[in-house]
Order: sequence, then structure tokens, then C-alpha cells
Amino acid sequence: MNVWLVLLLGGIFTYLTRAFFIFLFGLWEIPSWVKEFLRFVPPAVLSALIVPELFMQSGKVFISLGNIRLLAGIAAIFTALLTKNTLLTILTGIVFVFIFNTF
Amino acid sequence: MKLRTFLKGMRDETPLLLAVMPFGVIYGIMALEAGLTKVQAQSMSYIIFGGSSQFVASKLFAESTPWSIIVLTVVMVNLRHLLYSASVAPYLKALPFGWKALLSYLLTDEAYAVTINYYQKRPDDNYGHFYFLGAGQILWLTWQMSTAAGIFLGKMLPSSWPLDFFLPLTFIAILVPSLNNFPAIAVALTAGICSIFFYGFPYKLGLIAAALVGITTGFIIDMRRRRP
Repeated sequence: MNVWLVLLLGGIFTYLTRAFFIFLFGLWEIPSWVKEFLRFVPPAVLSALIVPELFMQSGKVFISLGNIRLLAGIAAIFTALLTKNTLLTILTGIVFVFIFNTF
Repeated sequence: MKLRTFLKGMRDETPLLLAVMPFGVIYGIMALEAGLTKVQAQSMSYIIFGGSSQFVASKLFAESTPWSIIVLTVVMVNLRHLLYSASVAPYLKALPFGWKALLSYLLTDEAYAVTINYYQKRPDDNYGHFYFLGAGQILWLTWQMSTAAGIFLGKMLPSSWPLDFFLPLTFIAILVPSLNNFPAIAVALTAGICSIFFYGFPYKLGLIAAALVGITTGFIIDMRRRRP
């Protein structure tokens, strides 16, 4: 069955992307410049995950007061800056997106 | 100490689950609509265990895409895990095989985000892997249960709710407090701007391309600072 084939191969390859460097770096000493480079993975990836969700709609850049995701995102960003609290930030974003979605 | 670190990982992951749950429910509904059986829909959640790739795969199944294309797409969408893998690898270096194999399986966006935060603040913590396990397992359980909820309870959520927006909110909650130095801010800005320009790349490869530009920018800034 093709569904099972996709699940199996997709699962194996996905696992390999996760395991690759964890096992590779166990065999070799990591050069210090690589460590410096890797320090910036979190801000880079997280930002690249967030920004399109806020600014893009149906494949186009959408900057306007009508973009509720952008507005709710900005509210969440301010909450994060002020409180540094994960739960509060997520809740603020959720509340704002629901408010804007309703009106 | 091990138990306390494990529980701390669980606790720090908990707020993110608020966003993961609806995402899992939507996935469950979508997978059934795409024609997968209940067993197949649930199995994808523990075999592949990667939210966005499962969404894309379901969409492609619904369009009767050839299996090889679906596999290729899943792999491409999941390539970003290579970056996470490299990023946590230095902290897991001394662990035995079994631990590495297990934590590899649990290396998702949300588990990575809180775990790397922990490791970067406490690089010499000998029990960091218990934190990783705590965060990873609670995310895994939540993903399985919310998938099941989507499959069995189905369409109880109004489709107009912007539930898919919850995930980026969790990333905001992790990212923003960590931007406390100039290189990190520059990295986030560069990667963010590039992610818009690279948005149209096939297989969501724009994400990795944007991240690599951001990382390189930070690396260059850091080098210049050290050698003025």
C-alpha cells in the first residue's frame, strides 16, 4: 500500500535528518568555528518560521491594519518583551487574534 | 536532580502544548478527509512525527500525488531538522547510543526551541538530556492524543478559527526574550527578511535558505567584533 510506503520512507528519512549530526558529532571533534556558527541557529530558524506567518497571506506580502495575524503577532511580541513569559505571550496572541477575527 | 530536570523540561514545554493541541486536531481531521484510514492517520503521527510535513503529506494524498513525490516533499520540509540536529549535537556528544537514538526521535520544532534555550543558559549541566526528554515526551504524547482527538471527535472546531496561527505564537514567545544581544537581533532580522523574499522556493526550502543567510550574518558580525 502506497500510504504505508510513504509513512515508512518519510519516517526513516525524517529520523535521519534528526539523528544525522547528533551521531556524526559523536564521532568527530566539532571545530570551534562550527560551534560559533551553530550558536545562531535558534534565532535564525525561529525568525524564519515566524515572519512569513505574520506578513504573508496567500503567497503575497500583506501589510495593513486588516492583517489580523500581523496585529496579534505584534501584540504577542510586545508581551514577550515586557513579561518574558511564554504562557502570557501565547495567550495574548490568541486573545488578540480572536478579538480581531470577530470584529 | 534527574527527576527535577525532567520535570522542568515538561513544565517549560507545557505552554507550547496549548498551540500544539489544536494543530494536532486539525491534522487528524485533514488526514481523514484526504482519504487515509484512522490507523494510517494516527500512524503518521508517530512514524513521521513532524507537524508541518504531515499537513503537506495529507494535502498531497488528497490530490492523489505519486508516492515518490510525497516522500520527497516530506523529506524536504523536514530538512530543517538537520540544523536542529547540528545545534544540539555538541550537548549530546557524551551520551550513550540509546539516549542519542531516543532524543533524535523527539527532536521537533517545539522540543528544540525550549531545549536549546536551556542548554545555552547552562552549557555545563550534566542532566540536560533529562530536560530534553521531559520536553520531548510531553510534546510527543500531546501530538499523539490530539491527533486521535481529531480523528475520533472530528469537526467540533469551527473552521473559521485561526488555530494554525497558534504555532508561530509559541515561536515568538521563545524567540523574543532570547534577543538580548546585537548579533542575535541581526540574525533574526536578516533571517526574517530573507524568509519573505525566499517564500516562493519549492518544498519550503526558503526557510532553510533564510536561516542560513541569518546564521552566516551573525557569524560574520561576531568575527568582526573579535578581530576589530
